[in-house]
Amino acid sequence: MHNFEFVKPGTVAEAAAALTGEEAQALGGGQTLLPTMKQRLAAPETLVSLNGIAEMKGVCSNDAGEICVGGGTPHAVVSRETASSYPALSKLAGMIGDPAVRNRGTIGGSLANNDPAACYPAGVLGSGATIVTNTREIAADDYFQGMFTTALEEGEILTEVRFPVPEKADWQKFLQPASRFSLVGVFVAKFADGVRVAVTGASEDGVFRWSEAEAALSADFSAGAIAGLSVPADGMISDLHGTGAYRASLVKTLTSRAVSGA
Amino acid sequence: MPKDGGIGASSKRREDVRFLTGRGRYTDDINLNNQTYAWFLRSEVAHGTINAIDTSAAEAMDGVVKVFTARDFEGVGGVPCGWQVTDRFGNPMKEPKHPVLAEGKVRHVGDPIAVVVAESEAQARDAAEAIAVDITELPAVMDMKAALADGATKVHDDLDDNLCYDWGFVEENREAVDAAIAEAAHVTTLELTNNRLVANPMEPRVAVGDFNPGTEDYTLYTTSQNPHVIRLLMGAFVLGIPEHKLRVIAPDVGGGFGSKIYHYAEEAFVTFASAQVRRPVKWTSTRSEAFISDAHGRDHVTKIELAMDADHNFTALRCDTYANMGAYLSTFAPSIPTWLHGTLLAGNYRTPLIYTNVKAVFTTTTPVDAYRGAGRPEATFQLERVIDKAARELGVDPAELRRKNFIKPEEFPYQTPVAVVYDTGNYHATLDKGLEMAGVDTFEARCAESAANGKLRGLGIAHFIEACGIAPSNLVGQLGARAGLYESATVRVNATGSISVMTGSHSHGQGHETAFPQVVAEMLGIDEGMVEVVHGDTANTPMGMGTYGSRSIAVGGSAMVRATEKIINKAKKIAAHLLEASEADIELADGQFSVAGTDKSVAWGDVTLAAYVPHNYPLEDIEPGLEETAFYDPSNFTYPSGAYICEVEVDPDTGKVEVLGFTAADDFGNVINPMIVEGQVHGGVAQGIGQALLENCAYDENGQLLSGSYMDYTMPRADDLPMFEVDHSCITPCTHNPLGVKGCGEAGAIGSPPAVVNAVIDALHRGGHTHVTHIDMPLTPSRVWAAINGQ
Repeated sequence: MHNFEFVKPGTVAEAAAALTGEEAQALGGGQTLLPTMKQRLAAPETLVSLNGIAEMKGVCSNDAGEICVGGGTPHAVVSRETASSYPALSKLAGMIGDPAVRNRGTIGGSLANNDPAACYPAGVLGSGATIVTNTREIAADDYFQGMFTTALEEGEILTEVRFPVPEKADWQKFLQPASRFSLVGVFVAKFADGVRVAVTGASEDGVFRWSEAEAALSADFSAGAIAGLSVPADGMISDLHGTGAYRASLVKTLTSRAVSGA
Repeated sequence: MPKDGGIGASSKRREDVRFLTGRGRYTDDINLNNQTYAWFLRSEVAHGTINAIDTSAAEAMDGVVKVFTARDFEGVGGVPCGWQVTDRFGNPMKEPKHPVLAEGKVRHVGDPIAVVVAESEAQARDAAEAIAVDITELPAVMDMKAALADGATKVHDDLDDNLCYDWGFVEENREAVDAAIAEAAHVTTLELTNNRLVANPMEPRVAVGDFNPGTEDYTLYTTSQNPHVIRLLMGAFVLGIPEHKLRVIAPDVGGGFGSKIYHYAEEAFVTFASAQVRRPVKWTSTRSEAFISDAHGRDHVTKIELAMDADHNFTALRCDTYANMGAYLSTFAPSIPTWLHGTLLAGNYRTPLIYTNVKAVFTTTTPVDAYRGAGRPEATFQLERVIDKAARELGVDPAELRRKNFIKPEEFPYQTPVAVVYDTGNYHATLDKGLEMAGVDTFEARCAESAANGKLRGLGIAHFIEACGIAPSNLVGQLGARAGLYESATVRVNATGSISVMTGSHSHGQGHETAFPQVVAEMLGIDEGMVEVVHGDTANTPMGMGTYGSRSIAVGGSAMVRATEKIINKAKKIAAHLLEASEADIELADGQFSVAGTDKSVAWGDVTLAAYVPHNYPLEDIEPGLEETAFYDPSNFTYPSGAYICEVEVDPDTGKVEVLGFTAADDFGNVINPMIVEGQVHGGVAQGIGQALLENCAYDENGQLLSGSYMDYTMPRADDLPMFEVDHSCITPCTHNPLGVKGCGEAGAIGSPPAVVNAVIDALHRGGHTHVTHIDMPLTPSRVWAAINGQ
């Protein structure tokens, strides 16, 4: 690890100011950034820790009935706080990494990084959540823009995520056996106005919505409704842990299980 | 009643207290005054010509003491190979130079090019990044068969090709085996890969070199399974330091699994460099470095053919194997696919004719050497897989086919057609025991339960033999070993009766500090707490060969028995003098020497005190003191065997395999500490299940390691494993060592992979996927799904 300056502001405004510095980088729970720095693959000059910002922590609900999760909230807290209000989201957060990861890693860090195998992007996209930053609100459908790419501008801070609560939902995660990230993960959420199906781990373009399944499930929310569908292997990730065809098959299997589990 | 001490007691591992409370003293805990730190700059390409190395910027950086390249090692030897295999035409294997630092070419990702020695590790690493290396990349040499094709890119330019050796065994049987296969009523053929593995001990390698300018003595602290072997190889072949000027210390070592047997370039580097910079030099491997610089294991590509007559008697076995050596020959690499593999191909069976051909191949990958089991897992896997396939083809019960061909209990000692003579065994007993423990009679009901849940359940059987207790020196010498394989022990009885046992064996997790005292205490009838084991330092232990090949209790333990027998003989002389009796009448029991048939006795402590305070002592007959050394060279290998039974459930939609049950019924001969033996089996089986389902050291076609971290290399975790059912009550004691022990360290890793794969294939067949005859390890969900779906 190379030397760096470390600042830990107490407010979002102070953090935003600190991030305007040369080669400054926001630090959430550090579950990706710190290993990357240790391998000398990243060398920011200033780390701006978001962990001292009280206004970015915790889970509450708003007048619209949405669940509002502060960007600096660790996975373990999300899992605990949403256990009765949004069980599928609680399940997703509770299956990330191991207890150490879940107590350090934050929802904001995961979403800002947008790893193609991360879990939260599927939960956020599948819920049709709203990403709130220090400058604006971004719909989930506009936020995810491909592997490790998001709508966030340089220095923009993800302060909150607002989840509308569906009638039914489930999260199905098939583990990449070594990293225990999602080899494929599928989040299915049934709302009054339709069903959303979001898939992580599978596509070379990062998290995506399986629109054919959404249409079929919106008409008939049962596993049988997607029996005749298939996911093309083109554009799916192919690596040591699974071919594109395998991942495509898992998308359907897991979607079916999520519908049954919802 | 279980015993509460001595042989057969499950004494708690006394060393675990310090390991589990953070009080172990590992090599990385050793920090010497005025120490410097080494950082290795390693090749990022698999193969290339080094045009130039510019170290000038690095040398100017803060804290840099010296930057080393191959130029600094002119006149220094290469890292030696400890075993010379003779090919089937009578020629010695090809043995290219393995320089400490790359000379002119790099041959695998991780090949060290230069080393910075600096005041801190961070400074050394910073400076290493400033070294400019101009490399012209060459094509990687990855596929073994392609590497042997005419015109293939050569890993070593001074060799004719990439072939290390072409070995045949038993060469005289070659034509007879071909004929038997041609005439057979049935031949089952299987082509398979034994996947490359990374050992991944919990403690990465560390080495600290310390040259003393005053005495011109060298000390090397290193994470080794065999400090005397390192002293011999590095002192004699690399650096030219005589034994009396070189001390090698391997303190607490956090696991080895074979990977810490070998003499590595980093050890030679820190020792050499400490004399150059006149300060201690320390190197601590990162986990990332361990993946590319620790010797890998396995990596065989094999075709095996099993011939049977109309009654399903095995008539001949033929196998052709390509064995990956990697870029250089690691210490024992050539012996693994040959003498530790070919000699095990009889398995537990009466197959009369066996021939194996092994082509060892150089590739642009990390060197490959022994890993837990070493050659024997490869032999067992192919044999137990082809037998299972044969049973399926013939429509017979795989257990019955094995029983029919087992060597019978009354046939021991049994001369196999592959040189070795099994002294004892009872394979019918272990198989029966294993099947009973595994609840095979109620398997069908469990199968139906799984089917009701949309899952496929399968049962897999494997039976293994291994040759361990390595090894008779005269025999291995004929086979090409460049070392003897005896073991040593000094039993030093102190004046008050406590005992220090100095052993050449080395404990790096095996529990020697507990098990060895149990033997000595049992022989003397004293409390085992009075006995302490000293190991790991060439300065205070007799020359020994270290720990690998499940040899420590069988060979090291036997040396300890011989030394203790000498102690007893001398102590009896002292006791006879003290008791004014004839030596022939002295009996030793429960720590008391008594005169047979009388109530006259003298305690152990009185005799030991007399030895060191010889006021009343037979000085005209014997010397004072009570310390004896023995070297034990075994007359044969030992042959543990066992039945391993695995029960799995496969999810046909995802290909995920869950191991639901695992039974190991072993014959280890006599057992010193059942709890430690059970732990060894647990660890071995976990590694075997790891190989079968999870672990895969994979390279891409350019020689880049795809599984170079735990993000991609799947270590087995607790939730990947079932509760194990372990038994070692089927005992046929070894006939040629004094303890009747066979060794248990590697068994689990040898017997389990074929049991797991056989179980998965069984599950798929029960589920109607009868087109699947084999899946190469590891049986990841992706591979199982692909096999089910014909992809």
